[in-house]
Amino acid sequence: MWQPTASLQNLAQRAEVLCKIRHFFAERHILEVETPLLSGATNPDPNLDSLSLSLARNTAHAKTYYLQTSPEFAMKRLLAAGSGPIYQICKAFRDGEHGRLHNPEFTLLEWYRPNFTLEELMTEVDALFAWLFSFQKAKRITYADLFQEFLEINPHTADLATLEALARSHNRDAFHHLTLNDKDDWLQLLMTHFIEPFLGFVTPVFVYGYPASQAALAAISKSTPEVAERFEIYMNGIEIGNAFFELTDPASQRRRFEENTQKRQQLKKPVLPFDEHFLQALEHGLPTCSGIAIGLDRLMMVKTGAKTIGEVMAFHIEHA
Amino acid sequence: MTTYTSNELKAGLKIILENEPFNIVENEFVKPGKGQAFNRVKLRNLLNGRVIDRTFKASESVEAADVIEFEMQYLYNDGVHWHFMHPETYEQYAVNAPIMENAAKWLTPQAMCLVTIWNNTAITVLPPKQVVLQVAQTEPGIRGDTATGGSKPATLSTGAVVRVPLFINEGDFIKVDTREETYTARAKGP
Repeated sequence: MWQPTASLQNLAQRAEVLCKIRHFFAERHILEVETPLLSGATNPDPNLDSLSLSLARNTAHAKTYYLQTSPEFAMKRLLAAGSGPIYQICKAFRDGEHGRLHNPEFTLLEWYRPNFTLEELMTEVDALFAWLFSFQKAKRITYADLFQEFLEINPHTADLATLEALARSHNRDAFHHLTLNDKDDWLQLLMTHFIEPFLGFVTPVFVYGYPASQAALAAISKSTPEVAERFEIYMNGIEIGNAFFELTDPASQRRRFEENTQKRQQLKKPVLPFDEHFLQALEHGLPTCSGIAIGLDRLMMVKTGAKTIGEVMAFHIEHA
Repeated sequence: MTTYTSNELKAGLKIILENEPFNIVENEFVKPGKGQAFNRVKLRNLLNGRVIDRTFKASESVEAADVIEFEMQYLYNDGVHWHFMHPETYEQYAVNAPIMENAAKWLTPQAMCLVTIWNNTAITVLPPKQVVLQVAQTEPGIRGDTATGGSKPATLSTGAVVRVPLFINEGDFIKVDTREETYTARAKGP
């Protein structure tokens, strides 16, 4: 059990990719930054479970800190402080995420581009993938077109009962007992079970125009229907990354945190403190920008053809 | 009642769904970066052998099946039930014919079988991986024709039919792999 879970050859490829990524960003004059892994607040998204620990700064008052689920809040504070374009390669932590494509501790490549639209960011991702892997340009498709193509349904107008019936018509055994109270949960089930496994085998695929209810930290378009200004990257049937045209309005951001908190209470999950530093930074002014997080381990899975995430990291959690 | 959460389900664990016992074949954790996590589980129904898919919300609670496996000795069959005995407690179990469907043709009295018990009822019986059985009927072998590596069907004392090499004769004892249903070697005796 002491041996690495990745082959030394995969570790060498990983080192080479890291080196090339740094070269790519240096050439574009994007600043590499490091932000703390530990923070007094964390993302209250009900689908993210933060790990926490206690720091005894003095013996009387131990304080709870959270291991980041992504470096997003800290990096946006740098942007608000006028950093200009920045990138980071860092560890992120998510409790309970463990499987073929998940390790509770994983590596993110995250970067932000002031004044970039999502289309411009897509083009930059194409350039990065071409530089790293000689990949062809990604296919760009809307969330609505994707559901139409695979499931012949409009994800924006279909109601919960229709989505539930559609899932059950595909596999009665698998879903007949399942109760999901949220339309988005059924959309995500359909996406992960019937669409995602088939995406991105010829070229990478960028999916954009997500339902506004799945915006997370993205801005919402003024189009009809309203969509989240967000895109996801898929390769070899794996979700590789997620990008936002960032929400910059502090009041909307606080409202989303409050909605997250309500959902957490419904799910009987711990209620988390809001990141007031982050909200203050938004009040000060976050420049209009697009940002993206890419799972570096999964990117290495695509590069090496690995079947499990442990094959591209030195020590998988079960050997850590 | 013991329970598991759906993300604890690992291959080999036994659970109850709709009052029937299942064996976990595999469990894949599926989670969109922004959204609900699921466990896509493949399970085998221990009563009828069917494999089904089942998707759970991550952290859903699932009832563990109180399933126990014992090595038991086959005693006899009375035409309706097949009777087995636990070698230490001497407790006897009667097993219905449908459950014996695959195992029956390999069993001679005293064979040790892996019997799965659920709610005090036997639900599966696995014959020994290797058995020695006598050939009851086969065509005579053709001498000197060993070079072609030919084979012929042979009916064994228990009724099973396997392909054997041409040099095997009626009355010979042979070793059979019951999982593959194939001849493995000639045996000296029972």
